[in-house]
Amino acid sequence: MGTAIVDKNKNYLNEKSGLWSWLTTLDHKRIGIMYMIAVMFFFLLGGIFAMLIRAELFKVGPTLFTSPQYNQVMTLHGAIMVFMVIIPGIPAFLGNFFLPIQLGAKDVAFPRINLLSWYCLIVGAAVVFWSLLHHGVDTGWTFYTPYSISTSNGTTWVVAGAFIIGFSSILTGLNFIATVHKLRAPGMNFWRMPLFVWALYSTAILQVLATPVLGITLLLLVAERVMGIGIFDAKLGGDPVLFQHFFWFYSHPAVYIMILPAMGVVSELIATFSRKTIFGYKAIALSSVGIAAVSFFVWGHHMFVSGQSEVAGIIFSFLTMLVGVPTAIKVFNWVATIYKGSVRFDTPMLYALGFLFLFTIGGVTGIILATIATDVHFHDTYFVVAHFHYVMVGGTLMAIMGGIYYWIPKMFGRMYNEYWARITFVLIFVGFNVTFFPQFVLGALGMPRRYFDYLPVYEPLNRISSVGAWTIGVGFLIGLFVIIQAIFKGEKAPENPWGGKTLEWQTASPPPHENFHNQPVVTAGPYEYR
Amino acid sequence: MFWPSSAQASTFMPVQASKIAMHVDSLYEFLLWASLISCVLVIGGFILFSIKYKRKSESDRTPYISHNNLLEFLWSFIPFVVFMVVFAWGFFVYREMRTMPQDGLEILVEGQKWNWTFYYKSGKISAGELWVPENTPIKLVMTSKDVIHSFYLPAFRNKQDVVPGRYTALTFNAEKKGDYQVFCTEYCGDQHSAMLAKLHVVTREEFDRWLANDPYKGLSLTEIGQKVYGSRCAMCHSQSDVKMVGPGWKGLYGSSRTFVSGDPVAKVDENYIRESILNPNAKVVVGFGPASAMPTFAGQLSEQEIMAIIELIKGLK
Amino acid sequence: MNTANSTKHHYAHHFESAEHEYQTSKFGLWLFLCTEILMFGGLFVGYAIFHHKYPELFKAGSHFLDWRLGSLNTVVLLISSFTMALSIYYAQMNDRAKTLINLYITLICGFIFMGVKFFEYSHKIHEGLLPGHLFHYAGEGANAVANLPLYFSFYFCMTGLHGTHVLAGLFLIAWLIVRTHRGEFGPKYYTPLECVGLFWHLIDLIWIYLFPLLYLVG
Repeated sequence: MGTAIVDKNKNYLNEKSGLWSWLTTLDHKRIGIMYMIAVMFFFLLGGIFAMLIRAELFKVGPTLFTSPQYNQVMTLHGAIMVFMVIIPGIPAFLGNFFLPIQLGAKDVAFPRINLLSWYCLIVGAAVVFWSLLHHGVDTGWTFYTPYSISTSNGTTWVVAGAFIIGFSSILTGLNFIATVHKLRAPGMNFWRMPLFVWALYSTAILQVLATPVLGITLLLLVAERVMGIGIFDAKLGGDPVLFQHFFWFYSHPAVYIMILPAMGVVSELIATFSRKTIFGYKAIALSSVGIAAVSFFVWGHHMFVSGQSEVAGIIFSFLTMLVGVPTAIKVFNWVATIYKGSVRFDTPMLYALGFLFLFTIGGVTGIILATIATDVHFHDTYFVVAHFHYVMVGGTLMAIMGGIYYWIPKMFGRMYNEYWARITFVLIFVGFNVTFFPQFVLGALGMPRRYFDYLPVYEPLNRISSVGAWTIGVGFLIGLFVIIQAIFKGEKAPENPWGGKTLEWQTASPPPHENFHNQPVVTAGPYEYR
Repeated sequence: MFWPSSAQASTFMPVQASKIAMHVDSLYEFLLWASLISCVLVIGGFILFSIKYKRKSESDRTPYISHNNLLEFLWSFIPFVVFMVVFAWGFFVYREMRTMPQDGLEILVEGQKWNWTFYYKSGKISAGELWVPENTPIKLVMTSKDVIHSFYLPAFRNKQDVVPGRYTALTFNAEKKGDYQVFCTEYCGDQHSAMLAKLHVVTREEFDRWLANDPYKGLSLTEIGQKVYGSRCAMCHSQSDVKMVGPGWKGLYGSSRTFVSGDPVAKVDENYIRESILNPNAKVVVGFGPASAMPTFAGQLSEQEIMAIIELIKGLK
Repeated sequence: MNTANSTKHHYAHHFESAEHEYQTSKFGLWLFLCTEILMFGGLFVGYAIFHHKYPELFKAGSHFLDWRLGSLNTVVLLISSFTMALSIYYAQMNDRAKTLINLYITLICGFIFMGVKFFEYSHKIHEGLLPGHLFHYAGEGANAVANLPLYFSFYFCMTGLHGTHVLAGLFLIAWLIVRTHRGEFGPKYYTPLECVGLFWHLIDLIWIYLFPLLYLVG
């Protein structure tokens, strides 16, 4: 197959046209682009909510909202960012586009399921937004029982929406595992797979094994709200803390669903822009799998003060420390890759270095939270808020941005504006630290999270934080324009602008429908800069 | 700079009100220094390398370094050892924190939206104010009437979720007299951030005096009402006609109320107010339903306090 | 006719061969079954925790169920699993008539299962033996044990989720019957039969756990 006449001008973008051809496409690249549009839209929404939160918290006392309104905004910010932006962000968008190409495959294993998973995300999101017409939702994205059982009607819709979005995640993961196992190009053995693929593979295992547990938990919560089944309701003999166990059994691995793909992107960026083979390839690859495996056994560290047994808390603290080790290994390997490299500071690399900077801070504060005695103080304060923003935004979002700039030339065959892209980076990076670093101090001083209002002692740091948040907002807005400008008006990009060695740089920009004009045959590892 | 000074843990933490707080802070200080060192190593390392090895020309070649077993072993093993030290240290401090005193002063704590109530063995009930004697082991036995709350004492570096349907416990031993803040740290709805309480640490004599003292002695009924309002009602009710979570109280007495259930319109009188305090779901007013957001105060307010509230509302015309 | 047709099955463009496609589909289906097991796993863990907490509750609850109906359903599902396997075997043997007969038997068994379930459910609904708030049974043994509604929460959630899967399975088997009638399956191409078959076996397997846990416990 595939030996028909090759038209060099045909690519996946212009091969067919019209909205309908996009909405019914089975091409993983087009589905990836559709994910990009959806995720960017959700990100814009979630970002607006973030700006509103920081506006409310700018000063003591009510500023913009009443407390029920604030609680809804806070909940939607969390739910949108977690379920619709960070989780699908890298795997479903960049992963969908590049996993098959990096493996030398023509598509993912199950293209129709791939499209179905996109629709699951859209339908799920629609159901979540539908809740806004039903008094919204004010539970926080964690839906803790019994509060979530008794609060406004919108909660049922949001929970149902998150359940549907879960299918999207499961189906993507399933597709990736099957693709990695069954569709590698000739010569592409496991030890020749790019680290981005390794990261996605580990992520996919988590998606497939953890998400169904969230699914049943959310279903039970819906049943609890509709029928009052009582499993999570102490009044009926149930156990509200059981919900937290179920929820975190998914949602802790979900944290790695969010960060592992980002680590994969960063591995690609650092190798390419240092023009050097990655240091400790096997260690990075296996540490992804190791993190995935151990992450199933650490959920209880979200519950040190929940009333679970003290022995359980201590065991979970211990296991959480173990997850720290493979994470540390990765960071050291990246730094070692830069050593004696030939480093270029294009925007993607700036984001990768930004990732290293912020993720390191996020990582060490993670250890502070994993230590059970200190976590008792920091749990549910702004320290935790700062920590997970350092990991999720400073880590994952930085990687998404870096990945977008890195792969825009390949995805759209066009270059972005380097000058404005760097300005965006500086705004986001500086704004980010101004926003979230003060929150560590706020948390240490004891300011609890999910607070509509706070004591006056916390006001100065909150003001700094709000100013930082708006800086990030401006940064992302400019970034959005840089991306749109690149897609429609950018200069034509060469096949391999960065000198990358992985397979996606061996094909045309943008790639043809079946990814390669000739089936690639792999004879060496992914980062052979000799 | 920021990091070094924040490594002086106590300067960026609330006051230390107990020995355990000091132990937590020493661990935190160690963690901050360890974090600082690792951040300097990693961040400094990659900044140094990336500047030193900046690309000179597009024909640059780089050495092929695939791995180094000794180095990789070291940077896996050293963090592992550090993590284990931290874990063990955390474990010992945690155990100290969680060991319940045998002969401590026990106080029952009840959380509900959005109030803390403290029950003393002498029968004294206190709302929003926890009084304890200094240098005495205190054991709080806690439960919730509605959703999960969390009892957080920043100055003692201690917190514990308060769960409906079961008892959880928290212990502390205050070494410094003073007033300390109590927060609710488990999100519990509208007025979560207003669910505050004050911890007063006083001498044994003052404590005994407080325990024996009738707080309402010599006060008029309306003044008692104002006190109860401040600790119980102010989160949800204004004394003007502004609607918060519940209705404002100005002009409430004698006004007509229409109910969700379709019961006949009724005028607000003494019995109506009493019923609303003890059984808020009996008559839910249109605009505040379907179910009332108000918890019951049965068992928490004395007859005198209920009457004082009624008196207060009657006076707000 | 059907042989000619079945050899004509075109595998999707991104596979190397029909065998490659078959192996990949089966692999994907196994992954899907993993997700199913974990989803039910959540319920089973919940069951285990509450059974540990209130053993007498589950014992008392099981007395409200008729073990004979449960056994009947178990036998029916076991038969259907067997005929499902046979239908795949006959498709491999290229015997369309026997494939169809076995698929029909599977379908009928599935319907019997759902029929019995419908009978059980309507009886429970009528009696008021319902989950949580909906529970309004006042007959014999209603107050013998605390939290009786909780047992029925588990009963309805577990059998309800399982029943939804049976319905989905029935829908898929009906779709297989249509395609078999069209002669789309044969020794060279029977992937959908194989995949639905695996799914159906899993449903059967889950019932085999549900039956003793709900009907025979205590």
